[in-house]
Amino acid sequence: MSTPTAVRVWESQFLVYRRIWLSNVLGAFVQPFVFLLGMGLGVGALIDDGPESAEILGTSYLAFFAPALLATTAMLIGVQTSLWETLDQFMWGNQYRAMVSTSLRATDVADGAALWHATRIGIATGGVAVVLLLFDETRTPAIVPAMAAGILTGLAFALPVSAYSSTRHDDRTFVLIIRLGLIPMFLFGGAFYPVSQLPDWLEFVALVTPLWHGIELCRGLVLGTLSGTAAVAHTAYLLAFAGVGWIACRVTFARRLLP
Amino acid sequence: MPTVDGPVIVARELHKQFDEFVAVDHVDFEVEPGESFGFLGPNGAGKTSTMRMIGCVSPLTSGTLSIFGLAPEADGPRIRARIGVVPQADQLDAELTVLENLLVYGRFFDLPRSECKRRASELLEFVQLSERAGDRVEPLSGGMKRRLTIARSLINEPDLLLLDEPTTGLDPQARHVLWDRLYRLKQRGVTLVLTTHYMDEAEQLCDRLVVMDEGRIVAEGSPRALIEAHSTREVLEVRFEVGQNEGREPDLIGVGDRMETLPDRVLLYVADGESALAEVHRRGLDPVGSLIRRSSLEDVFLRLTGRSLVD
Repeated sequence: MSTPTAVRVWESQFLVYRRIWLSNVLGAFVQPFVFLLGMGLGVGALIDDGPESAEILGTSYLAFFAPALLATTAMLIGVQTSLWETLDQFMWGNQYRAMVSTSLRATDVADGAALWHATRIGIATGGVAVVLLLFDETRTPAIVPAMAAGILTGLAFALPVSAYSSTRHDDRTFVLIIRLGLIPMFLFGGAFYPVSQLPDWLEFVALVTPLWHGIELCRGLVLGTLSGTAAVAHTAYLLAFAGVGWIACRVTFARRLLP
Repeated sequence: MPTVDGPVIVARELHKQFDEFVAVDHVDFEVEPGESFGFLGPNGAGKTSTMRMIGCVSPLTSGTLSIFGLAPEADGPRIRARIGVVPQADQLDAELTVLENLLVYGRFFDLPRSECKRRASELLEFVQLSERAGDRVEPLSGGMKRRLTIARSLINEPDLLLLDEPTTGLDPQARHVLWDRLYRLKQRGVTLVLTTHYMDEAEQLCDRLVVMDEGRIVAEGSPRALIEAHSTREVLEVRFEVGQNEGREPDLIGVGDRMETLPDRVLLYVADGESALAEVHRRGLDPVGSLIRRSSLEDVFLRLTGRSLVD
């Protein structure tokens, strides 16, 4: 029985990852745990005592903030694997080039890379999920679909960004993407406070970013506040980003690898 | 090795263009099974572009190419499954060990893990790297990396091996080890196609070669035949005082079939070096030094592609 081509690509990525898996997996758990302790408990104690806090958040600050970490972590890891790690395999390490010299096609490489992004994002959101299970307010079986929502959020970033990276010949713009793209989204995407707190124009910007949709989806699932329509709308929005990104990858990878 | 009926590679009017730049300009060639075939040419002559088209990792702009009777556009994966590629720059995975590099590559061809292991240990033996199997790739020497790349390219037991400048940057010992391994592969019936700009490599390894220049094939034949066709049997090199070489040209006309003046010496392409030297002396010229040597592929190469630097 033959192994699907994308899985063969995935295997090679996994073999390299095996060397760093322990620190990576531990980090996936420790980082959100520390973050949540600091923000959720520390800042949370301040906020929960404030006036109108319960009306605005509808819950404790920890329970409000924690599920958003599923989405924000997914975004950060998704972009991390799709900037330098992706460009490296085109340019410096050349692993992708080696692959298309075998019976694999450029589209197989794109598919395998997507599968690998999903895995790495899955590991990271898994770490967050474990942390969420430690707290009474966020301990729910809905963590499973929420993790899936996190992975989808990560792919909504990873795939379009990979397509972009695959067209680059240096990494000059990568830091800009993080500083001007990711960090503002992280700050204004509704992870730390409801976007309704923002001025109208900024709120509108937040609603357009895929991160906000990912956060809403994860939060709604974990807290059980998600309506059916909202679930469908957020999922569709994220799927659109991931889907377009995936198709773009299949095109740009082929262009890069088969000049 | 499965046998192939007819030529392994047939290229007709093969053309590759990147925007305005013509890399390969309507070339024709054929490679027979078991043959060792070389592309010789200066940098930028179109050798690598041609190799990449044969390797099915670069679409043709126009013309036709058939490999094992299959077309790259339609059957890339099937063709590549039977090709081994040794690229100009090693594409080894520096994060992995020597052995893992082979295993990963075998898996790309969907070989079962056990089969990958069996072949990998055989191949490491073949390229004399068994003792380094568990080592990371990074500390290996250039020669070792190249041998590992060759081992990796053989994991799918290819019928056709493509080598792009296989020994560039290696020291003489490493080159000879590599040539020896390639010669053994040839004896096993593997068809070798290589590019090089080393004349000795071409003479050592190639049954037949083509000289490429500016995207075109400018000559074709065995190394011996090329020398016969494009150069004389011997070359007489005479050396005059510094600065005097150019001024001697008129006095040397007719000594050889062809003359070439370099800043430090004059090359006379002649059938018989001894009698040509006697003629030089008879004309009353008194070079400070002289050397008679056989014509080499290098003379052919320089004649066909010129002495000026390409890049």
